[in-house]
Amino acid sequence: MIWNIPFITVIVLIAVGLYAVLFKRNLIKIAVGITIIESGVNLFLITLGYRKGGVAPIYTNLPPNVEIPKGMVLPVPQALTLTSIVIGVAVLALILSFTMKIYEHYKSLDSHIVRRLKE
Amino acid sequence: MNLIQQMPAILIGMPLIAAFLTPIIDRVNKKIRNGFVIVVLILEEIFMITLAWHVFTNGIAIYTMGASNPSIVPLQAAVPIRIVLEIDGMSAFMGLISATVCLAAGIYSISFIKEGNGKGKYYTLLLIMLVGMLGMEFTGDLFNLFVFLEILSITSCALIAYRNWYGDAVEGAFKYMVVSNIAALFVLFAIGLLYSRYDLLNIAAISKIMEYGSLEKIALVLLVSAFAMKCGAVPMHFWAPDSYTVAPAPITAILVSASQASLYALFRTCFSLYGNLMDYHSIGIVLILFGLLSMFIGVTMALPQKDIKRLMAYHAVSQTGYMLLGVGVGLYLLGSSNFNTYGVKAMEGGIFHIINHAMYKGLLFLTAGAIFYRLKTRNLNEMGGLAHTMKFTSIFFIIGALAIAGIPPFNGFASKLLIYEACYKVNPILSIIAMLVSILTLASFVKVFHSAFMGPKLHDVEEAPKSLLIGMGILTFVIILFGLFPGWVVNNIVHPAVTALANRIDYINAVMGG
Repeated sequence: MIWNIPFITVIVLIAVGLYAVLFKRNLIKIAVGITIIESGVNLFLITLGYRKGGVAPIYTNLPPNVEIPKGMVLPVPQALTLTSIVIGVAVLALILSFTMKIYEHYKSLDSHIVRRLKE
Repeated sequence: MNLIQQMPAILIGMPLIAAFLTPIIDRVNKKIRNGFVIVVLILEEIFMITLAWHVFTNGIAIYTMGASNPSIVPLQAAVPIRIVLEIDGMSAFMGLISATVCLAAGIYSISFIKEGNGKGKYYTLLLIMLVGMLGMEFTGDLFNLFVFLEILSITSCALIAYRNWYGDAVEGAFKYMVVSNIAALFVLFAIGLLYSRYDLLNIAAISKIMEYGSLEKIALVLLVSAFAMKCGAVPMHFWAPDSYTVAPAPITAILVSASQASLYALFRTCFSLYGNLMDYHSIGIVLILFGLLSMFIGVTMALPQKDIKRLMAYHAVSQTGYMLLGVGVGLYLLGSSNFNTYGVKAMEGGIFHIINHAMYKGLLFLTAGAIFYRLKTRNLNEMGGLAHTMKFTSIFFIIGALAIAGIPPFNGFASKLLIYEACYKVNPILSIIAMLVSILTLASFVKVFHSAFMGPKLHDVEEAPKSLLIGMGILTFVIILFGLFPGWVVNNIVHPAVTALANRIDYINAVMGG
C-alpha cells in the first residue's frame, strides 16, 4: 500500500536517529541524531492528520463541493507539529551551544575523551 | 470573580510573567531583583497552600483556559475543547513539593550564586523551571504535558550548565539534554499514537473511551519507559549522578523535585489514563522491579563514591526506588480486595516518601552546596573537622542524614515504616531488601559525616552565609514538622493524594460530567 510509506519512513527515521545517538562518538552526530528522531516524530504527527484529497481547514476559504469536515485535513496535528518544531529549534540551539563549550574545555568532541565525570 | 477559582492559572502565569520581568529589574538594581524573586516565590507558596487546601477539602478543581466560566469544561459532542487544567489531590500534593523546594532554593541562591555574569537570567530560568513543574502537575491535557516537560528539561539543562567555566558542568548538562529529549520525543510519539486512535488529547476524555488494544499497549510502553528514564529509575539512571553532581546546589535540589514531576506523570499515566483497563498486575511488577533495582544498585554505587554530591545523587536514585516500590505494590493490588487494606497503605508510604525525599534530599544537597561554597571542593578526602566552625550546617546535615536513613523521629522513618509493613504482606523479601538498603544508606551517611564534619580542625572556614542557612532552615523545619506529626500529614495531605490516584472514575467525571 502506497499510504503506508510515510509510516515506514517514520520508523526508519526514528531507528536511524536512535542508532546515531547510541553508537556515534561525535557529539555533533549525537545532536544530529536527536534532530532526526524529532523529524520522524513530526512526520508521524503530520501523516496522522492527512486526508487523501483533503483541503486546508479554513472555513471561509473553502473550494465548492467539499464535505465538511470530512474533506478537510485535521488542523490539530499541524498545530502540534508547529509547537514541536519550535521546541526542537530551542533544543538544537542549546545542545549545539553545549557542544561548543565542551570543545572549548576539552579540545575534542569524542565522547570517549569527554568523560571527566566518570573518573 | 472568585479568586480561588482562578488560582491554577495564577500559579502558572505569575512566575512566567515574573520570570521575564526579572532581567529588566536586574538592569535597575540587583537587590530589588532578589527581593522581587523572593516575594514571587513566597506568594507562590501561599497560593499553592490555599489551592491545595481547597482541593483537599472540596475535591478536584478544574480550570479551562479561556472559558467564560473556568470551572466548567465546554463539551462539544462529548469532546472537551480548550486546554483543561485539572488539579486533584495528587497534583496539589506535588505542587506543594515544587513550590516549597523552589522557595528554599531561591532564598539559598541569593548568597550562593556569586560568580558568573548571567545572574538575572539565572533567576529567570529558575522561575520558568517552577512553571514547568507546576504545569506538568496541573495539566489535564496530554500535549500540554509534553510542552511543560520540554520547558522543564530545557531550563534545567541550561541551569545545570550555569557554571560553564567548568568543563564537567557542560558535560553533565549535555548528557541530561540527550536523555530528556529522547524521553520527551517518545512521549510525543505516544501522544501521536493515542491521538490517531481517539482524536483526543484530554487525559480524562481518552481514559473514558479507551479500549485496551495493541496500539494502546505500544503507547503505554513508550510512556512508562520515557517517564521512568526521566525520573532516574535504574536501567536508565546513568544521567542522574552526572547532572546532579555538576549543577549548582540549589538547582540540584530543584532537579530532585523535577524528576519527581516525571514520576508524577508516570503515576498519572498508569492510574488515571490506563487505570484498571491495563494489565495492572504486570505493570505493577515492572514498577516493583524498577524500584528494587534502583534501591539496591543506587545504594551500592553510592558507597564507594568520594565526591559528596555524586554520593548523594546515587542515593537519590536509590530513594526513587522506594517510591516506585510503594506505588508499584499499590498498582499490583489495584482492583483486588486487598487493595483497600494494605494496597492503600503501600501507596500512602510511596507517596509520603515523595514529599519526604524532596525535603531531606533537597536539604542534603544544600548542605553539600554550603560546604562547596566555603571549601571549593566536593572531594570527601579533602574535607574534615568542619563541625568546629560550620555548626548550623552540620546540624542540618545530621537531620537530613538521619531522615534519609529512616531513623525516628524524622520524616523518613514514617514513610519507610508504611512501605515495610505493606510490602511484607505482599512478599517478605521486598521488605527485607528495603530494610537492607536503609541500613546501607545509614552506613554511607555515617561515612560522609565522619569524613566531612568530624576530626581535627583542618580548614579555617566560617559558617555559611545567612541566606544559605535560611534556605536550609525552611526544609529542616518541614522535615521536623512531618517527623513529629506523621499521622496528621498522612491523613490530611497524603491520603487525599492516594485516593485521587486510585479513583480513576472521579478524575474522568470531573471533566466529562456525570
